[in-house]
Amino acid sequence: MASSIECLLSLVNQNKMEISKLSASQIVSHIAAGELTATDCTQHFLNEIERKDPTLNSYLHVAKESAIETAQQIDARRSAGESLGALAGLPVAVKDGICTKGIRTTAASKMLENFVPPFDATIVQKLTDADAIVIGKTNLDEFAMGSSTENSAFGATKNPWNTDCVPGGSSGGSAACVGADLAPVSIGSDTGGSIRQPAAFCGVTGLKPTYGRVSRFGLIAFASSLDQIGPFTRTAQDAALTMNVIGGHCERDSTSAREDLPDFSSKLDQSLSGVRIGICKEHFESGLPDDIRKSMDESISVLKSLGATTVEISLPHSKYGIAAYYVIASSEASGNLARYDGVRYTMRFEADNLNKMYGLTRTEGFGDEVRRRIMLGTYALSSGYYDAYYVKASKVRRLIKNDYTKAFESCDVILGPTAPSTAFKFGEHTTDPLTMYLADIFTVTANLAGLPGISIPCGFSDGMPIGLQLQGKSFDEATLLQIAHQFQQQTDWHSRRPQA
Amino acid sequence: MNTNTQISAADREAVTAAEVTTIIGLEVHVQLQTKSKLFCGCSTLFGQEPNTQTCPVCTGMPGSLPVLNKQALKLSIKTGLALNCEIAKHTKWDRKNYFYPDLPKGYQISQLDQPICGVGYLDISDSDGAFEPKRVEIERAHLEEDAGKSSHDESGRGGKSKIDLNRTGTPLLEIVTRPDMRSAAEAKAFLQSLKMILTYIEVSDCNMQEGSLRCDGNINLHINVGGQKIATPIVEIKNMNSFRAAERALDYEVKRQLAEWKETGGTIEGAPKRTFGWDDQAEVTIAQREKEEAADYRYFPDPDLIAVVTTDEQIDAIREEIGTLPSRLRNDLVREHQLSEYDANVLVNQGRGVVDYFLSVAKTCDNSKLAINWVNQEVLRHLNETNSAIDQYPIGSDGMGDLLKRITDGDLDQTRGKDVLSAMMEDSIDAAAAIEKLGIRQVDSSELDSLCQQLLDANPKVVAQVQEGKVKALGALVGQARKINPNVNPGTLQANLRKMLGVDG
Ligand SMILES: [Zn+2]
Repeated sequence: MASSIECLLSLVNQNKMEISKLSASQIVSHIAAGELTATDCTQHFLNEIERKDPTLNSYLHVAKESAIETAQQIDARRSAGESLGALAGLPVAVKDGICTKGIRTTAASKMLENFVPPFDATIVQKLTDADAIVIGKTNLDEFAMGSSTENSAFGATKNPWNTDCVPGGSSGGSAACVGADLAPVSIGSDTGGSIRQPAAFCGVTGLKPTYGRVSRFGLIAFASSLDQIGPFTRTAQDAALTMNVIGGHCERDSTSAREDLPDFSSKLDQSLSGVRIGICKEHFESGLPDDIRKSMDESISVLKSLGATTVEISLPHSKYGIAAYYVIASSEASGNLARYDGVRYTMRFEADNLNKMYGLTRTEGFGDEVRRRIMLGTYALSSGYYDAYYVKASKVRRLIKNDYTKAFESCDVILGPTAPSTAFKFGEHTTDPLTMYLADIFTVTANLAGLPGISIPCGFSDGMPIGLQLQGKSFDEATLLQIAHQFQQQTDWHSRRPQA
Repeated sequence: MNTNTQISAADREAVTAAEVTTIIGLEVHVQLQTKSKLFCGCSTLFGQEPNTQTCPVCTGMPGSLPVLNKQALKLSIKTGLALNCEIAKHTKWDRKNYFYPDLPKGYQISQLDQPICGVGYLDISDSDGAFEPKRVEIERAHLEEDAGKSSHDESGRGGKSKIDLNRTGTPLLEIVTRPDMRSAAEAKAFLQSLKMILTYIEVSDCNMQEGSLRCDGNINLHINVGGQKIATPIVEIKNMNSFRAAERALDYEVKRQLAEWKETGGTIEGAPKRTFGWDDQAEVTIAQREKEEAADYRYFPDPDLIAVVTTDEQIDAIREEIGTLPSRLRNDLVREHQLSEYDANVLVNQGRGVVDYFLSVAKTCDNSKLAINWVNQEVLRHLNETNSAIDQYPIGSDGMGDLLKRITDGDLDQTRGKDVLSAMMEDSIDAAAAIEKLGIRQVDSSELDSLCQQLLDANPKVVAQVQEGKVKALGALVGQARKINPNVNPGTLQANLRKMLGVDG
C-alpha cells in the first residue's frame, strides 16, 4: 500500500518535471495523443504560478477557474472523439495590454484598474478558436511604455534568473513567465523592442512579426504605427506553431496585411547553406560589452558552420532611430491615450468642473513615464513644432526604411545583439529616462521600418542571458524562424533554466 | 487693405448701404445617409434610446480600431461630382485632437490636407430676381465622424450632464465654400440649391431638425470709405438651424457689424475671428464665450487607418449613378415637355420622386400638358393636404397615366375623369374598374341623336337664340344633357347639336 502511494507520487512528480521540460509543440502533441490531459497540464502551470509567481509577479491576473474549466471541456471533447484545434490544451499567458472578454484588462495602469473588455482581441479569439487556454494576464510597463516593467502600476516583475534584475520590458511579465516555466507560451507586444528585449533578458525566444502580420484589434494601443503582437516561447519551433495560429488578415484592423499566411513551420528544417547573414557594423561600435560581443562572434561561427555566409552591411541612419522613435511613438501615444479622460470606463477623479476632472484623473490615473510621453508627444504635435519634430522624425523613419531596403539587397537577415546589455538592476535607469531609452537602441529600427525581428538566447554574462537578434525582410518571418531553429538544434542556450 | 488713415467717426456715420459689400462663406455639415457609421457597424438611425447604437469602436474603448465604411466614401464622391469638385485619387485620415466628453476617443477622425473632394462650384439664381445668377465656388469637402450629443443642466443647480453617443461616428461631409456670397439671400439660395442636389442624388435626407444638415456662416463687410476699402472683423455664426434662420441671422449680422464699425471703427487687422450664435427667439446673434487661447488641434495622420486610393473607373461608376441634376432637369422639362418655367420649377422643387412620377404619367398618356395639370391640381394638392410624400400617393404613375390616356383619347372628359380618380382612390381600383363602377360607357351616335332631339324639343328658346346666331347659347344645354346621361361628352354633344341645327362650322 505504502509503496504504491509512493510509486504514484513519484509518477506525479515525474509528470510535473516532464511538463516543465516540454516545449509547446511537445505539449500539444502529447495532449493530442492522449498522453497528457489538458487539465493536468493546466493544473501544473497553475501550481507553478502559485509557487513561484508571488516572488516574480509576472502575472497580474491568473484565470484559474476559467482555465481549468476550458481544459476540462477540451479533455471531454477529445474523449468524445471531436476534432480539436491546432493548440488544443496549450496554456497561453497573454499580456495585460491585450483585451480578453470578461477578464479584467488593465494595461498595468491604475487608469484601467477595473476595465473588463466586452470583447476578445482578434489574437485571443484565434487562440481560443485553436483550443489554446488563456491561463492569465501578464504584467507590463504601463501602457507598454518602458523597457523594464518597472513602470507597472501593480509592481515590477522580477527576472527569473536574478530577482534583483529587471525582466526587460514592456512585455516583461510575458517574458518572465515563459523564462520561469510559468507558461509554455505567452503573447506580448513590441512597439520598440518590447518583445525582443525582454526575451533577451529572460533567456527565451521572442518574435516581433512584420507590421500588419498579426491583427492589432484588441491590443490597447501605445503607438499604432509601431505596435505589433508576437509570441514568447522556449523554441523557434514553438514560435512558428503559435504564429500559424495568431497571424493573418483581420477585417477589424485596417492596417492588417492581406499577405498570405505561410506555414511558418515548413522551412524550419531547411539547411542554412546559401543563407546570407548581414552583420551590421553600427551594432558593434564602441560600448558593446565584451561578453555580448563574444557571444555574437560565437553565434556567427555556429551559423557559418551550418552553411550560412556573412556580409558586412550598414544601417547609417540607425543612430537617429531612438530619437525618431520617441517622437513618433509619443506623438501617437498622446492621441491614443486621450480617451482615458475619466468620462467612460476609466477611473475618475471627481472635481467641480470638467477641466479639473480631466486634469486630476489623468494626473492620478497615469504613472510618471506615461505622463512624460504624453507631454512629449503633445509638444511634438503642437503648432509651430510639428514640422521640426513629427515631420522630421517621419523623414528619418523613411531613411531608416531605405537603409534596410538597401541592406537586404546583399543579405537575407541582419544579425546583432538584441540589447546593448544584459538585464540591469532595478532602479538602475529609473532616475534618467534617457539611459533607459537606450535599452531599445538595436530594436526600435525594425519597428520604424515595420520589419520582423526575433531574439533568441545565445549565451550568458555573469549568469544573465544574452539575446541574439535577427531582423528579416518584410513578411519573411519564416527565414528568421528557420535560422533560429537551426541555431537551437546546435546550441542549448534556449534549454537552460534558471534555478527554481 | 490700407489702414494708414484712421476713418473719423463722422465719416463712418455717413457711410450708406451702397458703399458696403457683404462677404459670406458657408461651412455646411451634411450627414450622409449610410446605414452604418463611418468607422463601425452601428446603425445611424435617428431618435433611438440614448446610447443604444454604440459599440467598442464608436465609444472609443481601449483596443478597438476603426474600419472605413466604403459607402460613406462613395456618397462623398457622389456629392463631390454633383458639385463639380475635383475628386482626390489619394486621400488620408487625420486626427483632430481635443478633449470633450461627447468625443470618446479624445480626437475626431477627419481629413486635414487631402480632402476627398477638392475645388468645385454650385450655380445659384433667384426666380424673383433678388440677385443676379452667380457661381459659388466650393473650396473643399471632407469626410469626418460626428461627435456625440451632450445635454447639460441649464438650471444652474449643478445637475448632471448627460451624454448620448448614438450619433458618435456618424459620417459627416463638411462642405466649405469660398466667401463668394454677397447677401443673406444668396446664402439662403445656396443652401436651398445645395439641399435640393443632395436630396436628388440621395446622399442625405438633409433634415435640419434632426441635424442632418448643419450650417455655419463666416461673414464680414467690405466698406468703401474715404477712398479706402475697410474690412470688418470676421464673425463665424453658429446655430443657424433652418434656412430662414440662416437668412435672418446673416441679415442681422450685416446690420450689427455695420453698427459696430460705425461705433468703434474696428477692422479686421489684428482682430481674431469671433464666434456668435444665432438666437432664433430673440432674433439676434450673441457672442459666444471666447476661448482663452486659440485651439491647437495637433492634427496628425491617423495611424490606425490606411490611405484611400480611388481609381478613375470607380469615379466614373459613381458618376453614372448620379442621374440628372435639378438645374438640368428644369431645362429638360421646359424644352422636351413644353412646361412653363414656373411649372418646371414647382415640379423640380418637389424632388425627384414627383418629377419621375410626372415623366412616367406624361409618357403613358402622351400628353405633357394634361399630365402637368393633373399632377399640379390633383397629386400635389393631395400631397399638400395630407402632408405626405409622392411614394405614399395612392395612385401609381401607371394608373394615373392610364386614366389620362383615356382622357387624351376622348373616352372621358376631364370632369368625368375626376370622378373616376375619386373612385380609384376610394376603392383602390384601376381606371377600367372605376369606369365600370360608375357605369361610364361611350354614347353611340343614335343615342346621341335622340338625346339631342330631346334637348332641342325641350328648349325652343335656346334653339331660337342659336338660329339668331348666338351659338354659344348651346352651352346651357350641356348641364341638362349630363343630367339625362352623365356619360355624354360635352364637346361631342355641342358639335352634334350644331350639326342638327345646321350651324356647323
Ligand atoms: Zn459603433
